[in-house]
Amino acid sequence: MKALLIAACLAVLLVGCKKSADQPAAPGGSGAKADPGFGSGPAVSPGKMILHRGNGSEPADLDPQIVTGVPEHMILMGLFECLTDEDPKDLHPIPGVAERWDISPDLLTYTFFLRKNAKWSNGDAVTARDFFEAYKRMLEPTLAAQYAYMHHVVKNAQAYNEGKLKDFSQVGYKVIDDHTFQVTLIGPTPYFLSLVNHTSWMPVHLPTLAKHGKPYERGNKWTRPENFVGNGPFTLDQWKVNEVLTTKRNPHYWDAKTVKLDGLAFYPISSSETEERMFRANQLHVTETVPLSKIPGYRKNHAELIRIEPYLSTYFYRINTTKPPLNDKRVRKALALAIDRASITENILKAGQIPAFNITPPGTGGYTARGKFSGDLAEAKKLLTDAGFPDGKGFSPFELLYNTSESHRVIAEAIQQMWKKNLGLEAKLLNQEWKVYLDSQRQMNYQICRAGWTGDYVDPNTFLDMWLTDGGQNETGWSNKDYDRLIAEAARTGDAAARLELFQKAETILMDELPIIPIYHYTRQHLISPKLKGWQPTLLDHHPYKHLWFE
Amino acid sequence: MARFLLIRLLQTLPVLWAVATLTFFMVRFAPGGPFTAEKSIPPEILKRLEAHYGLDKPLSVQYVNFLKSLVTGQQPSIRHSNRTVGEIIRESFPVSLELGAWSLLIALAIGLPAGMLAAQKPNSAQDYVPMSAAMVGVCLPTFVLGPMVVLFFALKLGWFHTSGWNTPGDRVLPALTLGFHLAAYVARLTRGGMLEVMGQDFIRTARAKGASGLRILTRHALRGGLLPVVTFLGPAAAGLITGSFVIETVFNIPGLGKYFVGSVFDRDIPVVGGTVFFFSAIILFFNLLVDVAQAWLNPKVRLE
Repeated sequence: MKALLIAACLAVLLVGCKKSADQPAAPGGSGAKADPGFGSGPAVSPGKMILHRGNGSEPADLDPQIVTGVPEHMILMGLFECLTDEDPKDLHPIPGVAERWDISPDLLTYTFFLRKNAKWSNGDAVTARDFFEAYKRMLEPTLAAQYAYMHHVVKNAQAYNEGKLKDFSQVGYKVIDDHTFQVTLIGPTPYFLSLVNHTSWMPVHLPTLAKHGKPYERGNKWTRPENFVGNGPFTLDQWKVNEVLTTKRNPHYWDAKTVKLDGLAFYPISSSETEERMFRANQLHVTETVPLSKIPGYRKNHAELIRIEPYLSTYFYRINTTKPPLNDKRVRKALALAIDRASITENILKAGQIPAFNITPPGTGGYTARGKFSGDLAEAKKLLTDAGFPDGKGFSPFELLYNTSESHRVIAEAIQQMWKKNLGLEAKLLNQEWKVYLDSQRQMNYQICRAGWTGDYVDPNTFLDMWLTDGGQNETGWSNKDYDRLIAEAARTGDAAARLELFQKAETILMDELPIIPIYHYTRQHLISPKLKGWQPTLLDHHPYKHLWFE
Repeated sequence: MARFLLIRLLQTLPVLWAVATLTFFMVRFAPGGPFTAEKSIPPEILKRLEAHYGLDKPLSVQYVNFLKSLVTGQQPSIRHSNRTVGEIIRESFPVSLELGAWSLLIALAIGLPAGMLAAQKPNSAQDYVPMSAAMVGVCLPTFVLGPMVVLFFALKLGWFHTSGWNTPGDRVLPALTLGFHLAAYVARLTRGGMLEVMGQDFIRTARAKGASGLRILTRHALRGGLLPVVTFLGPAAAGLITGSFVIETVFNIPGLGKYFVGSVFDRDIPVVGGTVFFFSAIILFFNLLVDVAQAWLNPKVRLE
């Protein structure tokens, strides 16, 4: 009996092993045995140059006018092409579907000339009408697109989107002919050509949408692989929810000869540890991120595999400026000065993050802020004394809120210690689940809370217009008339240098008043197979797929 | 028997209703909603989004619609905007069911014999060795065991993929991880149940009759000794076949478990409702199976 049972156990185990040994390699890779090179990624051979990459979480949808997240953006970049495209090196706008464009002298009218050989994946020509219909759809009140505000720089777009204007012909989009499309803006928008790269400016094939559901409502089935039509270098092949999403070459793409990869495979891997193990087993060429604990090891032993790239994103603390004692800017500055940022980036994060003394990351659209806050500990102590709290006496304990996460906790603990040691202030840590935390922040139900902001486009405006008095993301209660005036003036200014100067002045005010405490500018970390070529560090972490190849 | 089944089935209805009601009000009153995001949505867009999903209606109407949608499964998910709750469960449940079935098989194949071995000679090496192993198994959570087996079998030996759900081989590591963990419980419960039965008078009578050890074990002791295991296995199997969030995350498996946790984080009300309702129905079904199995195993239990 005993022997029988043991044999049965062994049999179960062996059957399992044997099955796997007999199986062909998964699309996810060849397994560690076939390709022993550590981190070399899945095997690639001519005709099968598929890029396997980790992509964070499962895409919510593939509809450019519905999606809002980064994982979706990474996929849609391969499936669609906008009027302009991104340069693989620095993401500056280059011709996409539009082969050239004219800008009127007042900088308000952009005329795009579409290339005549641009095609949808079903062979139809991409025309000005397609862009017009897609942008109309984006602004349709019934669709309730969350990113519709990206179009609000266009004349009357906001009014139509909010249902105040019923006549779409008054909105600043115009089809001149099949291959000429015109956009009229409300003000000079120097970043406009970069803005039209965003997912919210991708065209859609309206006849396909109409075939698979209501085109102006959510829940349309056109993004299923069997229905999908796009105009990018790749088209949708398979979509296995929570497993993998694959794309293949779009044979009708106008620039198909430039495209070297045969396809892309996106794996929604929520755990960075799992992702790192997949990379080690050569199941992935590119990871979405690197676990915090593994970064030092890779930097030391496998520097050729890890890439650390600056990212258009800043980590900061919001301060509720409506309640004493934090409504006193001296107190806020003392708190900001008492943080040793280098110690956080070097001892905790260890991935090349830059200590931040202002909000806009350096080099954003040719802009590096002059108005950084500065001062030493002695000044911090003096400011606190001036505010009536010598050595922190009389300052009641306050709460520091963050969303539940290991790294936010460690940073909050470090800062809690610094405030205690340097200023004698007592901060209590409070963590909340993501949506509860967002709700507390929105309701201003906090004293100090952790936050982060990633630019939508490479321009200081995306970091600075949120602090306007009525800014949707302000959430600090801070308001400054001079600041509001400068940002509004920048929106009307066509001269690039003068405009950046206005941003400089505005950011100087922001860093003097400090409704926020900047902590560091993010970096992106990836593990990348050395076989993959053409991957350039870019501020938005975009890597246009048609410029990648394998060696 | 038929009468018993009918009564039990009728009893499940109020339980399901209570579960659905609690779920609805808990997720509805949780802070933050399905559209709460880092970038705040303009109020007029938010209003239209809520109207699209019927979240602008009075709570009583929403509640009635919620109950209706549980029966039809036609309600669209908010997070996965082109899929309905029914589709989500249809796609991911087979994966979880398969993984759960393999794990259960492994758990029984290891746990039952180990427990019986231990019970045969209590307080000897034959008892201590498997029971110590089981203690380790109970204490070792799957999120530790999972990465450990991956490191060894996938990365060191290269026998399997580290994660995924493509080849039959991809089933092995997650099934082993889940199965070992459960086997530990099964082994301890089997030992306890068997020991209790082995000490009873009818076993002594059987021995006195001259029945062999094997015959006593299989014919006399096993039925009674397995009672605690069966009681435990009902809810455990229901949990297994509906997916494990931890295992699905560690091994990147497209099962149902991810939706239980993910939908709550996303406040995806239709999916929260659908998955919880589905899980409760399965639990109730398995509990019913346990009752029937107990009556068969233990003559003292009557189904009336």
